[in-house]
Amino acid sequence: MGKKYIRETYANDVSFTIEVEQHLHSEKSRFQQIDFYQTETFGTVFTLDDLIMVTEKDEFIYHDMICHPAFAVNPNIKRVLIIGGGDGGTAREVLRYPIEALDMVEIDERVVRLCQQFLPLTASSFDSDNRFNLLFANGLEFVANAKTGAYDLIIVDSTDPIGPGEGLFTAEFYRNCYRCLNDSGILINQHESPFYTRDCREMVRAHSKLKKTFPIARIYQFHMPTYPSGHWLFGFAAKSLDPVQDFKPAEWGSFNLQTKYYNLDLHPAAFMLPTYLKEILKGVK
Amino acid sequence: MNRIHLKTPLYTALQAYAEKQLVHFDVPGHKKRNCSWITEAFGDRVLALDANSTKELDMLSKPTGPIKEAEQLMALAYGSDQAFFLVNGSTSGVQYMIMAACRPNEKIIMPRNVHRSAINALILSGAVPVFIEPEIDLEFGISNGVSLKTVQQAVRENPDAKALFLMHPTYFGVVSDLKQIIEYAHDHDLVVVIDEAHGAHFPFHPDLPANAMSLNADMATVSIHKTAGSLTQSSVLLLNERKIKKHDVRTIVNLMQTSSASYLLMASLDLARRQLAINGLSDYQFILHQISKAKKALNQLPGIEVMDKAYARKTAAFDYDETKFVVKVNGLGLSGFEVYDILFNEYNIQVELAESYVILAIIGVGDDNQTIFKLVEALQDIAQRCYGQKKKYEVNLSRFFKIPMMELTPREAHYHKKLLCNIKDSVGKVSGESIMIYPPGIPLVMPGEIISAEIVSHYQFYRSQGCVMVNDQDNPGLIKVVDK
Repeated sequence: MGKKYIRETYANDVSFTIEVEQHLHSEKSRFQQIDFYQTETFGTVFTLDDLIMVTEKDEFIYHDMICHPAFAVNPNIKRVLIIGGGDGGTAREVLRYPIEALDMVEIDERVVRLCQQFLPLTASSFDSDNRFNLLFANGLEFVANAKTGAYDLIIVDSTDPIGPGEGLFTAEFYRNCYRCLNDSGILINQHESPFYTRDCREMVRAHSKLKKTFPIARIYQFHMPTYPSGHWLFGFAAKSLDPVQDFKPAEWGSFNLQTKYYNLDLHPAAFMLPTYLKEILKGVK
Repeated sequence: MNRIHLKTPLYTALQAYAEKQLVHFDVPGHKKRNCSWITEAFGDRVLALDANSTKELDMLSKPTGPIKEAEQLMALAYGSDQAFFLVNGSTSGVQYMIMAACRPNEKIIMPRNVHRSAINALILSGAVPVFIEPEIDLEFGISNGVSLKTVQQAVRENPDAKALFLMHPTYFGVVSDLKQIIEYAHDHDLVVVIDEAHGAHFPFHPDLPANAMSLNADMATVSIHKTAGSLTQSSVLLLNERKIKKHDVRTIVNLMQTSSASYLLMASLDLARRQLAINGLSDYQFILHQISKAKKALNQLPGIEVMDKAYARKTAAFDYDETKFVVKVNGLGLSGFEVYDILFNEYNIQVELAESYVILAIIGVGDDNQTIFKLVEALQDIAQRCYGQKKKYEVNLSRFFKIPMMELTPREAHYHKKLLCNIKDSVGKVSGESIMIYPPGIPLVMPGEIISAEIVSHYQFYRSQGCVMVNDQDNPGLIKVVDK
């Protein structure tokens, strides 16, 4: 009997594999293929359409970085919207702050239900918190009809722009997000990676649209071992706040939060990008 | 997006000036002190920000400081070389443009369905109009844009014409093929002047029609106050420097415009520009989405039809501004005038205007899904109550769209000796004034035109419909005619 592997292709001739101890669950929802695996090094691994979304070993990096930088720029964030984020990790981090309300719009209820079963490390956030309002709906439609200026922070915790995540990378979606944010509003979005050609193309497209929509559109980086190349990006787009100039380390410090990846030294550094990426971004209109 | 639009140089300067709490020995006479009758009515800020031209606050007739900077940002937002802030509305802008483009006795080509401000500009400037026919839609009972063909014919027949004046869009939202028309006019050495009063929002969303400056028009006047959110009367004249130079326009503007321009109005232009440039894209994304849903719902109602891009494709129109709701209601057995009143009296809704078969509702940057939904709900209710009760409301409109014969230029007629005459006895005489219903303010007859039986019956028809009639007399039954 041969060994079983999770194999994710990064380019025609490059792939990443993790040996599987046990294939915990597999099902096809209305939207996508959902799998959970048990592995030795990465613990539980959750994939959508055979792309690694979350592993128990490195999820803290992604979820620290998608959440904390925004709160360190605007410590008064009170109303938050998460689009996607079905594993619950992003909500878990957001709910550590004294916010008033968190709306989360996930398109695929099965992702949430299965993560509750197989990934309690992130899905624990779905346990009752009366500030948390979870909706199963299309994120694109949700923001198209949401109230103007309703949110301080929108986090787009989506898959890649292929499949159900596609609409979340369109100009229309970003414009609607912009409208739903108030004047100090911030949008954080999954921004792909500059290294492999396919990811880089999507990164450029997303950045171009954000730049046209938001007066402030920056990118920050982090090290994500189980994503292609390990070098991954989030977008920081805002109506008036600059992520470095308006960074408020003392105020964030007073939240007294323990984090495993994010820290105050790292915050401005994350926005300082390597030369090859700066060159790519220079050409983005 | 250009971060520079986050700035509001004029508003910021005005605000800083107010914070100094100066002791004023200049005008205005309220001295920003407690004039309770004003503050009670309008709030403290109105007095605090109501200032006079000073070194610190710059001067509208020769901007070198914050006004200049604010005008430059406005020009940037609209893609023009220059912008001139106006505080007497687009009426003044239309007049300045025509005066800058034409000297006395020079010809200007324009559609007959222009606003009275253009006719007044003809009196002021002495320019001679060559009227061209807009496309007429008898189904909706309105006149629309002009075709390239019509313009070409007028240019061939009037090779000495100096300028072409067009509306973009029309009051009802119809857009002509301005790009082609401007190219053709420029090839024939004409200055192209655009009344873009109803298109202030055009540059800010890709699904809206292209704005005149981006299509290389020489001048355009844009009513920022109409759809784009500044205070009423604040407007902008935009210039692409080609034949007409900045100082030509400056001279005309300074000839006519007040030397006590309101800083409230000017600062509101600055704030509206920031809002549009920074938020316009997302605001209009939302508004256009809601409009599309609303128009779909209205077009499903019996007896009702709403103009949209599909309508534009069916007719000779080039494009359509979806932020206009031209709702055809005569299928309900009601005239547009009746529905206008029903909406006001029974639904607490004020629409922009009524015509025989339609009402016009205008969507501005301040609208959202709730306001648009209220309009839809009201029209659904009216349709349910009225459809099938009476037969379709129809009048013989075709006779109302004939262009009157011109005997004298508007300026000649204006300065000619005149007599007062009963309108019903005026057929065959040369009019000495403009008469119109307001809105839209498009003259039925203007000075110098021969009053026809159709014009008289058109006028009487509007009067019988309870429209607001505008003529120079207190008595709406009288008209000034040229004494021959």
